[in-house]
Amino acid sequence: MSNYEIVKREDFSDVTYLLEIRHPMMARAARPGQFVIVMLSEHGERVPLTIADFDREKGTVTLVIQAVGKTTRQMQRECQAGAFLYGLVGPMGIPTPPSHARKVICVGGGLGVAPVYPQAKALKEGGAYVIGVIGFRGKDLVFWEDKFRAICDEFIICSDDGSVGLHGRVTAGIEAALKKHSDVDEVIAIGPPIMMKSCADTTRPYKIKTMVSLNPIMVDGTGMCGGCRVKVGDEVKFACVDGPDFDGHRVDFDDLTMRLRRHSREERMALEHWEKGCRMQKSIDRAVGAAAGK
Amino acid sequence: MPEQAPTARAKNFEEVASGYRLDDALRESERCLLCPDQPCVSGCPVGIDIPGFIRGVNERDLRGAYDILTRTSLLPAICGRVCPQENQCEGRCTVGQTLEPVAIGRLERFVGDAAIQQGWANVPHIEPNGFKVGIVGSGPAGMACAADMAKAGCEVTVYEAFHQAGGVLKYGIPDFRLPNPVVDAEIANLKKLGVRFECNTLVGRLFTLEQMIGEMGFDAVFVGVGAGYPTMLGIPGDSANGVLSANELLTRCNLMRGRDFPDFDTPQPIGRRVAVVGAGNTAMDAMRVSLRLGAEKVYCIYRRSRKEAPARAEEIHHAEEEGVEFHWLTHPVAVLDDGSGNVKGLRCVRMELGEPDGSGRRRPAPVAGSEFDFECDLVVYAIGTNANPIMGQTSRLRLNKRGYIDTDERLATSMAGVFAGGDIVTGAATVIKAMGAGRQAAAGMKAYLGIRDGDRPYDAGEDTVFGIDASERNFVRIRV
Repeated sequence: MSNYEIVKREDFSDVTYLLEIRHPMMARAARPGQFVIVMLSEHGERVPLTIADFDREKGTVTLVIQAVGKTTRQMQRECQAGAFLYGLVGPMGIPTPPSHARKVICVGGGLGVAPVYPQAKALKEGGAYVIGVIGFRGKDLVFWEDKFRAICDEFIICSDDGSVGLHGRVTAGIEAALKKHSDVDEVIAIGPPIMMKSCADTTRPYKIKTMVSLNPIMVDGTGMCGGCRVKVGDEVKFACVDGPDFDGHRVDFDDLTMRLRRHSREERMALEHWEKGCRMQKSIDRAVGAAAGK
Repeated sequence: MPEQAPTARAKNFEEVASGYRLDDALRESERCLLCPDQPCVSGCPVGIDIPGFIRGVNERDLRGAYDILTRTSLLPAICGRVCPQENQCEGRCTVGQTLEPVAIGRLERFVGDAAIQQGWANVPHIEPNGFKVGIVGSGPAGMACAADMAKAGCEVTVYEAFHQAGGVLKYGIPDFRLPNPVVDAEIANLKKLGVRFECNTLVGRLFTLEQMIGEMGFDAVFVGVGAGYPTMLGIPGDSANGVLSANELLTRCNLMRGRDFPDFDTPQPIGRRVAVVGAGNTAMDAMRVSLRLGAEKVYCIYRRSRKEAPARAEEIHHAEEEGVEFHWLTHPVAVLDDGSGNVKGLRCVRMELGEPDGSGRRRPAPVAGSEFDFECDLVVYAIGTNANPIMGQTSRLRLNKRGYIDTDERLATSMAGVFAGGDIVTGAATVIKAMGAGRQAAAGMKAYLGIRDGDRPYDAGEDTVFGIDASERNFVRIRV
C-alpha cells in the first residue's frame, strides 16, 4: 500500500524540515500553485501541504513542513530518508495560470517561502523580471536563500528581529521594491494569513494585482467536504477545487483566520495525547534498556 | 427483524438491525406468492429475479439463492441494507396490496450476509479479451461497472482519490446502517474477479481522461465520481465555526474515524445541541451520527412537511425512535454566533405550504413575523450537493448547464470511449440507482468495444431467429 518513499530529508531549523518523496507520476503532473494531501499512518489525518518543488527527471516532489501540531511533529520524528508515507495524493487544486506579467514581486513569508519558489521559477523561465522578497522571524529560520538568489533578478531578505537583511516584515521589502520599480504588474504572496493580508493591504493603494495561496482546514481536498470554504468578494469558494490561488484584494482574511482556529482545542488535545504516548514509550524503552543492562 | 432498542443503539455505532436468523428468513420467504406477474422485478433498477432467490431461501438452498442474486446484483449485502425498497420492489409487491409487502430487502441482506460468512464468491470463468478499462471513482457506480467489465474479460483498474476504496459507502453511509467490513467484503469479491484498485489517485489532476484514453492505453473509461460538492445555505453566519456540511461530519466520523479521536488523528466536531438542516437520507445519517457522538439534543430543521421529506420512511422512523426532534415547516434564516466566531444558535422562520412546484411538491413560503431563535452549538447542512468540478476543469467532457456530465441514453459522453454514470450525471440519487447506471454504462461500453454481451442473447426469448446455443456462452459460471 505505502509506496511513497521519502528519498531525502533536510532540516532547516528546529521546526522546519524538507521531505523529498518519490512519486514519478505526480512529479510529471505537478504545476506551480498546487498542493498534496499527506497521510502519515492508517490512523492519521489528511494534511494539505503546498508543493514546494518537483523534479521530473528524478521523479520526486518536495514538501517543506513546519512542526506545529501533532501530525507535523510526528512526521518530523518519523519521516527520515528511506521511510514511507501511508498516503500521498495530488497534485490538487488549480495550477497557477501562466502569467503574462513582465515584472513580478514574489513574496514568501516563513514557510511560505517554499511554495512561492516554484512560481518564481516558472515566471523566470517565462521571461519575467522577478523580484524576490522573503522574510523570516530570525536568522536561524532562513532557508533557500541561495535557491532564490539563483532565479531572482533582484532579491530582498527581511527578518523581524533584524538578524539578517532588511529589518522588518516582508511588507517593508515590498514597499522598497515598489519605490524602485513603478511598473510592477503582479505580486504573489504566500505565507501565514496575517502576512498575506498585510501584503494585500500594502499593494491595494498601488492597485497591483496580488495573488495569494490559501491553506485552510481540509478533509478530502477534492471538493467534497466544504471545510475549506473561504469568502472571496461576495462569493463562497472552496480552496481545494476553486483555488488555492485567489485575488488577495478580495479574500476575507479575518474569516479565514477565524476558521483556521476551529479545531484548536482538539489540536491541543491530540498533541498532549501524543506527547504522553511518546513519554511513556521513552520510559518503557529506558526500563527495558535498564533491565537488559542488568 | 431483530433491532437494537432505540435508547441503547443511539449510543453506539453497531448495526441497528441485526438481520434475520434462518427461521425468520424461512418464515418471511413463505409469504411470497411467487405470483406470475412479478411486479417486484420490474420495480428493481437492476431487475433481480426476486421470486427466484426467495424460492431458494424457502427451499433452504441459500447458495442457490446467492447464485440467482449475483446473476444481476453483485453486492447483495449492501443493496439489501441501503436500497429504498419501499419505492422499488416492495412498493410493487402483490402481497403489499393488502398486507405488509414481503421484506425483500431483508431477505436479500440475509443471503448476502450468509455469503460473506461462508466466504462464497461466484467467480465466473473469465476469458481475457485484451481490452483495458479504467474506472474513475470506487463508489457504487464504479464498483458495478467494474464487475461487469471484469466478467466480460476486460482488464479493469479502479481509481479512487481517498486512501480507501468504496466511495460513499465508506465515507458517507455510517457503520450502523452499512458496516465498513461489509463494503470491504464486497470489494474483496471484485478483486477476485481480477479488478485492481488504485487508491490515493485523483484522476483529472494526477492524469487526465485524455491521458487515460491516449498514452495510458485504456480502451474505455467510466467516470463515476459522484456529485459531492456540498451546498451551503448562503445565510448570514454560514462561515461560523460549528457550521459544516453533512459530508464533512460524516467523512470525519466514518472514513477518518474521528469518533475515535484522539486515537485517530482527525478531530470530530461534537455538538451538545445539533441542528441538522434538511430531511433526506444524508440528513438522517448526520442526525443519528450526532446522537451517537454524544449530542444531548438533535433537531431536524426542514422547510416542508413530513410528507415531502425525501428520506426513506424507515430512516425517519429510526431517527424519531432514537430521539431526534423534528421541526417541520421551519427554515433557517441566520446562524447566530457568540461573538468569537462560534455557533450559538439558529434563527428560523415558520413556513407554510403553497401551490405545487416543478417537483410536484407544495412550495413552502415563509410566514411573516414568525421568526424565532433557538440554542444550538453545531449546525449541519444536509441540503444536497452540486456537481464536483474537477472532471470539467481537467477534460473536454461536455457538461450540462448545471455542471453535470452530459451523456446519451447509453451513458456515453462527448469523448469517444468515455462513459459516465451515477450522481455525476443525474445529480444526487441513491446507491442502487448508481449501481444501475454503472451496469448500464458497462453494457454501453461492451457495445462500444464490440464485446458480445453474455447476458443478453440467452434471454432473448422464443422468437429469436439467431439464438445462440448455451454451449457457446463466452463465460461459464463456476463455483469455488
